[in-house]
Amino acid sequence: MEATVSNTGTEGKVWGGGNKPLRASYGKMMMWFFILSDALTFSGFLAAYGFSRFKFIDSWPIADEVYNHFPGTHGDNPMYFVALMTFILIASSVTMVLAVDAGHHNDRKKTIFYMFLTIIGGAIFLGSQAWEWTNFIKGSYGALETKGGQILQFVDTKTTEDDDKMYRVSVEDFATASHKERVQHEGKNGLWYVSEPGLPTYSVQDVITGFNAHSTLAVRTQEIIPNVAALKASDNPADVAKAERFEKMYINADHKGHKGILTRAESEKALKDAVTYVKGANLIHNEYGNRLFGDFFFFITGFHGFHVFSGVVINIIIFLNILLGTYDRRKNNYEMVEKVGLYWHFVDLVWVFVFTFFYLV
Amino acid sequence: MAHDHGHTEHKLAIFRGRLKFKSNVQKIWGVLIFLSFVTIVEVGLGILKPAIFVDNYFIGMKLLNWVFIILTIVKAYYIAWDFMHLRDEKSSLRRAVVWTAVFLICYLIFILLQEGTYIEDVKTNGFIKWNF
Repeated sequence: MEATVSNTGTEGKVWGGGNKPLRASYGKMMMWFFILSDALTFSGFLAAYGFSRFKFIDSWPIADEVYNHFPGTHGDNPMYFVALMTFILIASSVTMVLAVDAGHHNDRKKTIFYMFLTIIGGAIFLGSQAWEWTNFIKGSYGALETKGGQILQFVDTKTTEDDDKMYRVSVEDFATASHKERVQHEGKNGLWYVSEPGLPTYSVQDVITGFNAHSTLAVRTQEIIPNVAALKASDNPADVAKAERFEKMYINADHKGHKGILTRAESEKALKDAVTYVKGANLIHNEYGNRLFGDFFFFITGFHGFHVFSGVVINIIIFLNILLGTYDRRKNNYEMVEKVGLYWHFVDLVWVFVFTFFYLV
Repeated sequence: MAHDHGHTEHKLAIFRGRLKFKSNVQKIWGVLIFLSFVTIVEVGLGILKPAIFVDNYFIGMKLLNWVFIILTIVKAYYIAWDFMHLRDEKSSLRRAVVWTAVFLICYLIFILLQEGTYIEDVKTNGFIKWNF
């Protein structure tokens, strides 16, 4: 038998842990197991986002119009802030990997310094995300929601010679809130677990009255203008009919890829279906468009933010352990820093994908 | 002293050996510069939206979106290979992690996007009223 089986020196050690085909320590392997399963969880969320987006491909909100705030400035600044957030997270990933490197050299002082910077980077990122959420929840323009869950936004159709863009108008700029009676719970209808509904800032009628008083306003729908010229030239009568519908309903039917702006007559008709005024976003309504859009935003960026938060907490624990000299005593080249580093880089990795699918694509 | 693993084993070349760094620390900064550059390119494309990328489609998606996704995967590669040290691990560990994720995620994405497209088709062309 000796002649046919080569001797590798690992015989009989299969169960005792002597066999290490991957040459990675137990802790590192388990961190990779966890990262792999967490990666699949995030993929599930992002793929579900993709599913909903493909389902509503012709009416999904345009990211540039939703996330357009930058601290200390007004006006339209798409993407700069999230790009900055991406940079902050990548930079903190770099300080983390520098800490791992310093740990491999058993350089305690440098490891402490880089771990500290990593924690600061994580905290700045969390603060930025809180700011991003605040803007998203507060909203900027307000809109009306129809019975079928469609969002009606408002634009000013008045354009100048050098600027033919029709700008969004905030509902607050043209509507006046009327006096309203608060609905009070009484003994016969009050339920202890149901709170009284709050008064909406504007009633639908307030908005419609304001709309009627300003003749240059128009309603902007969620529908994205397709290539109408190409549809018209098509041999398929359904496409031609679709093109005609767009040209009849929308005043910007030649602006491919923009949200459709209804003619004044169509706007008035659309407003008849409105049931509620929406400002900002929560888990039920949002002023940006499809309801799922807000839900996915909260859920996916929230889940990622939770990962960043736990990463910062774990980093702080490891940081304190380095200060106490725990890893010097273990004499294993600060392997714990490497393991927590893997988790921290993974959080960065996920953000790279969230950044692409929420803000770029 | 347990020096069985550590600084001596890093693979210091990236871009298929075209760029070789002198030390691991230098490589880390090099990768940071590259990742920042890719992010700047992404943001630039997102703001300028060149017509050639917006008007042309490939498998039902704008070319611009394909560019974004490819650049994202490029970034993910360098984060995993150089920051998470997959480049320095044994290839068996690297493959166990990467291929498992790649196959499962591709499958998941295919199923969900396929179904999403189908439902969109039914919604637009079928006899179902969805805007009440």
